[in-house]
Amino acid sequence: MKRYIVTILLILVGYGANAQVKLLTLNELEQRVAKGKDTTYVVNFWATWCGPCVEELPYFERLTSENAKKPFKVILMSLDFKSKLKTDVEPFVAKHKLKSEVFVVNEMDQQKFIDRVDKSWSGALPATLILNTDKKVRSFYEKAFTYDELLKVLNKK
Amino acid sequence: MKKLLLACLTLFVVTAVNAQNQTGYQVGDLASDFNLKNVDGKNVSLANYKNAKGYIVIFTCNTCPVSKAYESRKEELNKMYAAKGYPVVAINTNDPVASPGDTYEKMQERAKEKNFSFAYLLDPDHVFTKKYGAMRTPHVFVLQKTAKGNEVVYIGAIDNDQQLANPQRDNYVQNAVNQLLKGEKPSVASTKAIGCTIKWKKEVSK
Repeated sequence: MKRYIVTILLILVGYGANAQVKLLTLNELEQRVAKGKDTTYVVNFWATWCGPCVEELPYFERLTSENAKKPFKVILMSLDFKSKLKTDVEPFVAKHKLKSEVFVVNEMDQQKFIDRVDKSWSGALPATLILNTDKKVRSFYEKAFTYDELLKVLNKK
Repeated sequence: MKKLLLACLTLFVVTAVNAQNQTGYQVGDLASDFNLKNVDGKNVSLANYKNAKGYIVIFTCNTCPVSKAYESRKEELNKMYAAKGYPVVAINTNDPVASPGDTYEKMQERAKEKNFSFAYLLDPDHVFTKKYGAMRTPHVFVLQKTAKGNEVVYIGAIDNDQQLANPQRDNYVQNAVNQLLKGEKPSVASTKAIGCTIKWKKEVSK
């Protein structure tokens, strides 16, 4: 009986979490990529308060919808403060009906975090990391993209 | 193997291009003085601080959530170090048209509301923001007065704990200034942090 309750609780928590935005560490992101079925991962670092990030989000959303049937995944990693997850990030995701996976970065030390994502990153947002697990290619861009520019860097792979 | 080599090479080229694009000061450069309007209506230059041994120049603004999270820490830095010869001098990087929350009046309001004890200066047309090479807010440049001029001895973040949640907090600027006060050079001379982009003045043409 106890086990049933635990299972039901776990399912409920799981369901709830589906509608929510979760925290994610870099290690967890790496696992997500390593264990995922997709081969191309476009990881965009953004924040709800970052104007140029919000401007380019529709292009990443378009990548998600146009590649729905391909082994292709867009992951939106928000650098909003963790304390703003419920008040800023989740309402933003709901309002813009974001279809891509969204997480809030869960790292204590930004210095280490930034260097681990890419040594060349100054810390400015937006920034985008493109991973191809088949070809073992990794490229990093500290800039805002247009949709055409995104297609260009993706087709290079 | 060839592919890997190519990948490495590409990475190298990309990094090299990035390094070239970096403008502004590096650690070791001499920083220029300025003469900018403070929230009290008077103009401020670094040379005005007669007893200074150096300066904690912080490029910041009214509107960025990261800058706001650091507001009380900027005040603390000034309280801790102004008397010891390292005053905080804050410069607003943002264009008031591109960012309506960053007008001179809004800066005055914020300074009054938060009781800033440090100068909070306007930088019309981003002249010194560009000259120093501030890329985000907040972005700190610690300067040391030397016979040659004001030498840049630290560039980066105030600490590595934006959200006040890191038990292993490194107080980068405090550590740097403490070392300077002991006659040493900062052992950590540059750090990175997430910040807001600078709200540049829109080009009139086009």
